[in-house]
Amino acid sequence: MSAGRWLDAGVVGAADAVAAGAVTAEALVGEALGRLRSDPHNAVLHVDGEAALEAAQQVDAARAAGEALGPLAGVPVALKDNLCQRGTPTTCASRLLEGWVAPYDAHVVERLRAAGAMLVAKTNMDEFAMGSSNETSAFGPVKNPWDPARAPGGSSGGSAAAVAARLVPGALGSDTGGSVRQPAAFCGLFALKPTYGRVSRYGLVAFASSLDQVGPFARSARDGARLFAAIAGRDGRDATSADAPSADWEGACARGVEGLRVGVPRALLEGASAGVRARIDAALEALKDAGATLVDVTLPHAKHGVSVYYLVAPAEASSNLARFDGVRYGLRVEEGGGLDAMYEATRARFGPEVKRRILLGTYALSAGYYDAYYLRAQKVRTLIRRDYDAAFEACDVVATPTAPTVAFPLGERTDDPLTMYLSDVYTLPASLAGLPAISTPAGLSEGLPTGLQLVGRAFDEATLFAAAGALEKAFGPLPSPVPAGPGEHAGEEGAS
Amino acid sequence: MSDAELSPDEVRHVARLARIALEDAEVEAQRAQLARILGHMAELDAVDVEGVEPTFHAVTEAPLRRDEVRPAEASREALLEAAPREVEGGFAVPQVMEGDT
Repeated sequence: MSAGRWLDAGVVGAADAVAAGAVTAEALVGEALGRLRSDPHNAVLHVDGEAALEAAQQVDAARAAGEALGPLAGVPVALKDNLCQRGTPTTCASRLLEGWVAPYDAHVVERLRAAGAMLVAKTNMDEFAMGSSNETSAFGPVKNPWDPARAPGGSSGGSAAAVAARLVPGALGSDTGGSVRQPAAFCGLFALKPTYGRVSRYGLVAFASSLDQVGPFARSARDGARLFAAIAGRDGRDATSADAPSADWEGACARGVEGLRVGVPRALLEGASAGVRARIDAALEALKDAGATLVDVTLPHAKHGVSVYYLVAPAEASSNLARFDGVRYGLRVEEGGGLDAMYEATRARFGPEVKRRILLGTYALSAGYYDAYYLRAQKVRTLIRRDYDAAFEACDVVATPTAPTVAFPLGERTDDPLTMYLSDVYTLPASLAGLPAISTPAGLSEGLPTGLQLVGRAFDEATLFAAAGALEKAFGPLPSPVPAGPGEHAGEEGAS
Repeated sequence: MSDAELSPDEVRHVARLARIALEDAEVEAQRAQLARILGHMAELDAVDVEGVEPTFHAVTEAPLRRDEVRPAEASREALLEAAPREVEGGFAVPQVMEGDT
């Protein structure tokens, strides 16, 4: 069997195949590099061929020597380009960081290396993770592999498109207000936004520090669990890193949903398109058929999530992005004048959306507006959190669509930021409350993927994996949006 | 939902605070969008937040402390390599004080 077939076998399938000697890590990486280099979707910003092939040879040598292999040994993984990887360009898809080479590894990158993963590429994204369509990238938008005229979602659109197009079996993204969940829904993937604090933010370029989390993309919940287990855990370099016990997340995927109470906020569901609503209803019925109970819940303040988030996140961003000043790294623009002129000319090179968020955040924090905007938003954030506390008295997970529509056409919303923000309505509340949330495929609507979002109690990712696993079992895998690689053929399954 | 009142001068003032140079056309484009966004956010005024404490952070527990060991860090040389302009082991910037020599 060829390397391409094993690359298509997913994260666990590829790892099992390497461990069993069915394919070498070098062949897998070579296949992934070939696909990444001919990517037609603009999902990839940088391919790290030499280092990845070297790492693959080390895995193959370790196996030959009979050494124990890590859980991701030989598996090609792509990283969103806001994660620092030592010796590799990290641009955040911004002119401000073009050409910057990270001098250290993010915690998640260290953990992936330790698990044996092959770091093959950095992926396109919205500039500094600010966007919901991947159209704010300084390096051009990503095309959705299901329909190249449509957005892959954002801000981790490149990671999502790379996994959907089968360039890699898994990838990492970051999620501040839905940036792994919404692209997962648009591209037909599984993605997890972990509980805030579950995954260290060390080496993730900061956007909104009270919200940012790194999360995995994969084509199945079990593959996502394998990646999540590698990156979760305490790290002393992130003061908000939690000391929470891990769980058997892979095992949870096969646990089933007997007795699970799924909370459904009916009023919120009205905001979704008819096509998406039909798929969500089908997903809820499938969970019920698998043994779950549906419970009506209300989240009366969730509707304020857009207003709260678009004050809180820009406020934090306006502070975090102050570091891009042309002094220590990245772009510097000097057009005469002193230090202030240099700051202003350099920061004029941010794209319009990043400028908008910095201006919005600066405004919300400025004298005279702090109480009316920023402080009020943080109080409403408390009410959103309390809504979940109340809901979890009656249920174990809260179900909504991940996004109100299927993937929208590229260019449709770029001139209308408020409409773009409003499309984040379902993902923002869980981010504001710091709760774990997944998006898992809910089937196709008019040929395009839809996603079911499930939000769980803090640190109870296991229940989310169980529900996603049950839904996959009920629905079966989605078809592939891309044809099988050259010379590949369907019909073979699993490592043996 | 009506737009919030926001003048071009207010946008220029905020841009100045944020150290971002804006061209005149950008001032108007950003003003129009920000007024629309802030207009939408006025819906928060109707929420009763009397006696509600703000949530500045999702983590409510005291922050963890790392072990008292010096972590491996990128070297001074590696960090300076990324500097747009370096002078004698430091980051060089344009003149700070007007009229200084």
